[in-house]
Amino acid sequence: MSAHDHAEGLPHQPETATLEGRNKILGFWIFLGAETVLFGTLFSAYLALRHNVMDGPHPSELFQLPMVFAATMILLTSSLTSVFAVQALHTHRKNAMVGWLIVTILLGLGFLGLEIYEFSEYVHEGHGFTTSAFSSSFYTLVGFHGAHVAFGILWIGLLILQIYKKGLTTVTAPKIYVSAIYWHFIDVVWVFIFTVVYLMGKVG
Amino acid sequence: MDWLTTVDHKKIGILYMIAGLFFFLIGGLEAILIRIQLMKPMNDVVSADTFNELITMHGTTMIFLAAMPLLFALMNAVIPLQIGARDVAFPFLNALGFWTFFFGGLLLNLSWFANAVPDAGWTSYVPLAGTTYNDGHGVDYYVIGLQIAGIGTLLGGINFMATIINMRAPGMSFMRMPMFTWAIFITSALIVFAFPVLTVGLVALMFDRLFEANFFEAGNGGNEVLWEHIFWVFGHPEVYILIMPAFGIISEIVSTFSRKRLFGYSSMVFATVLIAFLGFMVWAHHMFTVGLGPVANALFSIATMLIAVPTGVKIFNWLFTLWGGSIRFTTASLFAIGFIPTFVMGGVTGVMLASAPADFQYHDSYFVVAHFHYVIVGGLIFGIFAGLHYWWPKMFGRMLNEGLGKITFWTFFTGFHLTFFVQHFLGLLGMPRRVFTYLPNQGFDTMNMISTIGAFLMGIGTIAFLLNIFITWAKPRNAAADSWEDGRTLEWTIPSPPPEYNFKQTPLVRGYDAWWKEKMDGNTEMTPAEPVGPIHMPSPSIIPLVMSIGLFIAGYGFMYDNLIVAGAGLLITLGGMFFRSVFDDHGFHIEPEDQDKGVHA
Repeated sequence: MSAHDHAEGLPHQPETATLEGRNKILGFWIFLGAETVLFGTLFSAYLALRHNVMDGPHPSELFQLPMVFAATMILLTSSLTSVFAVQALHTHRKNAMVGWLIVTILLGLGFLGLEIYEFSEYVHEGHGFTTSAFSSSFYTLVGFHGAHVAFGILWIGLLILQIYKKGLTTVTAPKIYVSAIYWHFIDVVWVFIFTVVYLMGKVG
Repeated sequence: MDWLTTVDHKKIGILYMIAGLFFFLIGGLEAILIRIQLMKPMNDVVSADTFNELITMHGTTMIFLAAMPLLFALMNAVIPLQIGARDVAFPFLNALGFWTFFFGGLLLNLSWFANAVPDAGWTSYVPLAGTTYNDGHGVDYYVIGLQIAGIGTLLGGINFMATIINMRAPGMSFMRMPMFTWAIFITSALIVFAFPVLTVGLVALMFDRLFEANFFEAGNGGNEVLWEHIFWVFGHPEVYILIMPAFGIISEIVSTFSRKRLFGYSSMVFATVLIAFLGFMVWAHHMFTVGLGPVANALFSIATMLIAVPTGVKIFNWLFTLWGGSIRFTTASLFAIGFIPTFVMGGVTGVMLASAPADFQYHDSYFVVAHFHYVIVGGLIFGIFAGLHYWWPKMFGRMLNEGLGKITFWTFFTGFHLTFFVQHFLGLLGMPRRVFTYLPNQGFDTMNMISTIGAFLMGIGTIAFLLNIFITWAKPRNAAADSWEDGRTLEWTIPSPPPEYNFKQTPLVRGYDAWWKEKMDGNTEMTPAEPVGPIHMPSPSIIPLVMSIGLFIAGYGFMYDNLIVAGAGLLITLGGMFFRSVFDDHGFHIEPEDQDKGVHA
């Protein structure tokens, strides 16, 4: 039970034990409100422009649902593993928490790899960034999400190193918790992308 | 040096004020040049191209770089004090917000030296702002400068929302918060939900201009009207972001100098929330002439007119607060009282413009110019002047000179009405906005001359204010804690200027107008809610400045297609984030025996 020794005296929910921690979590929720508006606007722009494909390929012939579905499943699973990490945080099991965070990052990397492969396939099929209003808004929306995933991977990676160095404390716990909320958020955004961009692209 | 690293909200407030006044002067000079050019028909003081640059930069500078930071100055200086807090929720982010705003504004204004000034109007409509009609770097400065400055604003909004929710003193429930705090709370929510829309619009325009995307390129399937929607979905809440704090300031000042409780406090709160809510669903009233169809125009017309109801509630509440009060006419209260009829006039023309069929006549004429200057200058700038005169002793420990203050008020107030009242009629006579000159004998000549004279009078008012600042600077710091003697809220319970930690002991709030209540109960100080003890403070940090410089460099890199410079700039910013995350700031403590020494801001 070495993990328990390390967390001697930590409260049950170390992320909300200090005012700084509570501020950080509240502030982050508000930030996610702003992020929601950001993606909402990107979705609106995409919906307004998605039929203007010009000479490029039409979304229904472009999108390959099996691969996108696989990417979706990978990302949804990573959300589950980050929940396990937060549960480990609440029971002060540091090693389990780091383990689940590493799994989360690996799944995120898998998702990102599939996305990069997907984008390069599209470019080969004549669906470049400058092809049409549809392509510009598609790459901007999906690319913004991808950039969020990439940022999340770097961030959680940095937090794992910090946990090794500083241990699980009332300073590091809010950071882990907040990164988990962030990860869920980009997961939720992806659910909307999968529906609005890919599924509606297939039927629309 | 400690000004570059400070994370103290009071110092950041002063930084915001200095930067805001600096940009206010630049924007004001641009306005004077515009008015000189329009003074007489067929004038040629500036060329048509320069005129376009002047109107673009005047609007952009005044809205984003003068009005917003001056509001942030008052927010920073006052909000933590009003809610009985020792600082904002995120002192580090607060500093970062200031520096990103400052470097964004700097980048935008350096366009004058790069000989590539934005000239597509402050609304930057496409295709005028697209590469087809604007292939220089002018609009790039606009797009990138505003993006960097916008980050700062967004951070500020998040920070103040979290501060007001989490950091209130014991006993201060939401319905005991001072009206200014309520106004800033709602303003912050508007910032959080409106600014990301602008960010996306600017990113899309930037991608179009720099990376050949097609958001707004009709030839490749883009849509110009999309820009107008995005811009005004942000832009209309933005004008409420500007006016809400002024409403709050006026409420505080009217109540203090009438020596009466604010009339209808809870209806005031409700009206504020309602205006903010409705503010998000009226954007298309800026687009009545686009051709959205009669149903859309009718709906947006009605929604816009609805806003007059809660605004009217506020106006009457102020009047009833004044009613029967023993009013003191200080400079601050003159500006507040001058605000009320001026803002009503702006509101009335607003309802006129909200009527879609009538708007087809007013659209793009000087009537619109008169309307929005009545609400922005007559509303917001009067509010800022009122607030600066009111809280100056709290910020600096010195009372501004009342004589010069009154000269400021009367010259600015008279000059304002001279400048903009006649513009209503110029507009109704058919003078279009954004033209650099006009032909003689169309009935425009005299009124334009009057308007220009008024603009100079406003300039004199501003100079009187600056003079007042310099004269006050030389005076001793002798302002009392309760500088106006009739203070009602918590900021007047602590020394002017407050010590670094604001409150030695967090006060216990026993009702609305917490300080007034204690005074009425015969107390000379607040009841403390905690024993005297060591006070935890955040450490100063240079990282916010470094991160902002990184963004500034990256902005230039993107603009001039130098991706190495852009990458280096972003790397500096990300490096700042890295350091901030890895090296935790544990802050420091001020021990009780040291707390009486360091009484300075």
